[in-house]
Amino acid sequence: MSTRTVELDVATPGLDAGGRVTRTPLGVAHRGDPNDEFGAEPMLVNLGPQHPATHGVLRLVVELEGERVIRCIPHIGYLHSGFEKLGEYRHYNQIIPLTDRTDYLSPMANNVAFALAAEKLMGIEITERCKVLRVIACEMSRIISHLVWLGTTGIDLGAFTPFLWSFQERERIYNLQEAWTGARLTTSLTRVGGMMADVPAGFEAGLRAFCTSFPKTLDEVDTMFTRNAIWCGRTQDVGAMSREDAINYSLSGPMLRASGVAYDVRKDTPYLDYETYEFDVPVGEHGDIYDRYRVRLEEMYQSNRILEQALDRLARLEGAPLNVADPRVILPPKSRAMSDMEAMIFHFKQVMEGIPAPAGEVYLGVENPKGELGTYLVSDGTAKPVRWRIRPPSFINLACLSKLCEGALLSDVIAINASVDIVMGEIDR
Amino acid sequence: MTVGEVALSDRFGASILRQAVVCGDTIVWVDAARAHEVLAWLRDTPGQQFDYLTDITAVDYRDPERALEVVYQLRSLPRNVQLRVKIPLDKTKPLVVDSVWDLWKGADWLEREVFDMFGVSFSGHPDLRRILMWETYAEGFPLRKDFPLRGHFTRAEQTRQALASNPEAHYSLEELSIAEAYDELPEDMRRRMAKGERGFVK
Repeated sequence: MSTRTVELDVATPGLDAGGRVTRTPLGVAHRGDPNDEFGAEPMLVNLGPQHPATHGVLRLVVELEGERVIRCIPHIGYLHSGFEKLGEYRHYNQIIPLTDRTDYLSPMANNVAFALAAEKLMGIEITERCKVLRVIACEMSRIISHLVWLGTTGIDLGAFTPFLWSFQERERIYNLQEAWTGARLTTSLTRVGGMMADVPAGFEAGLRAFCTSFPKTLDEVDTMFTRNAIWCGRTQDVGAMSREDAINYSLSGPMLRASGVAYDVRKDTPYLDYETYEFDVPVGEHGDIYDRYRVRLEEMYQSNRILEQALDRLARLEGAPLNVADPRVILPPKSRAMSDMEAMIFHFKQVMEGIPAPAGEVYLGVENPKGELGTYLVSDGTAKPVRWRIRPPSFINLACLSKLCEGALLSDVIAINASVDIVMGEIDR
Repeated sequence: MTVGEVALSDRFGASILRQAVVCGDTIVWVDAARAHEVLAWLRDTPGQQFDYLTDITAVDYRDPERALEVVYQLRSLPRNVQLRVKIPLDKTKPLVVDSVWDLWKGADWLEREVFDMFGVSFSGHPDLRRILMWETYAEGFPLRKDFPLRGHFTRAEQTRQALASNPEAHYSLEELSIAEAYDELPEDMRRRMAKGERGFVK
């Protein structure tokens, strides 16, 4: 008998409005039969929050019978930073740096998502060139995010080489991103009504060179993984989700498409003129880890296609205006703000008071690498939102982890968790 | 865009409080008492088919008189349309709505987050407890407008609590009940556990 003192504090008793208990203690029903000598006593394994295979500060409590998972309980919140609360005290343009830090594996796509929602709320129509540059930013982000996913999932399943290949390619995009925004992680690329900066000299040539050679690396990964017996054995029919369940669990992005639902925000509710680009939406069949891998791999080829088309358009729009011609929204050049009275007033008003948005509310979903990133903004007519809600795709995708892990092996938990493609900055916000 | 708003009013009458199109999005305000029924109808009726629950969240307005709203963002994958359903809740009364977990399993964590951040209870939810904040968090509901940006407690008190807490020892009762420690728990605690209460080990 242990001498440990156990004290109980009831936090949230789990009662419904009528005072009835809403939660049954699940564990009691699972306890092994004491008379069965060989009957397995369930074992509780704690994974994380500091564990390389949980891809961030995720904690999983896994109940095991032998090596088989009876139940997997995820615990999140270790990285909670209160971004949504903080956003209520910030001007719209001041929120953009916060979006960098949500899904930090694809910061530029988050910047674009927020700017688009704010522009929809304010009724701002952005320029052609801005749209093309934002498409480039989104697709670059998709490639780097999927490359991280590919590399780390490979490592989780014991394949080291593709990790090096994918991080090498990722580095090339990061260099371009750094040249463009000055930052590798905290890009803060967009502004309401435009962009923080135009692409630097040599960017287009660099991205063109990347687009030419990148598919070759993908082909190598394809050769390494797609028909690899170990890879197939570890991923096929593991963590499968049926089409109906995938919809019912509100999955989005590659997770949903791997289960055979061809829902892609870029196709279904196009933004940034995505309907004018030629690309295919890969759809899986079995909804298992293997199909998620195939979907993400194909998406990288498709992103590459979009990037090539966007570069062609960018060349045609050489010299076209980047930001909207509205001095109430876009800051004047610093030199003019210091010499021109009118420009100085607009500069002062924007910095001190922000850009007021008309009272109203807007929801805008964009197709982020992880899934549908929704931005829900509510305004009461002031320059600060009443509510800024992020619909975090990996938060919602992770919620089905318990279901996916039921009955799987402990080693499959790692593979399944990797296949969800989570980023804790976005889950905890 | 046709999302059958007229049909919704015909079917549910006075429970549909208001309809509007704001920034191109269709919004329907529904009385909390029949919200679950309306959402189930929207999901299952041919011609509506809002089979995909995009998001659940809530809005607390700066005007303290104004009702807190629980917001459901729905999508119909076959029809490719969106609809926002809002449920106003009077802040002077207990904030309770029916859980839609039985309709969409994806609502599980979303409702937990709304409970965690706004203190809205979802009756019928199987496991309603805090999700982003820790279970013993005592400062209140962070996304309410009456919650200051830095929290209700002083910095010193927050630091004291952080130092006094033992994060390793936080297990839910469900986890305790499957741990070996279950047999070593005092009788009253096992009884409380059987009733469905939860807590943490100090």
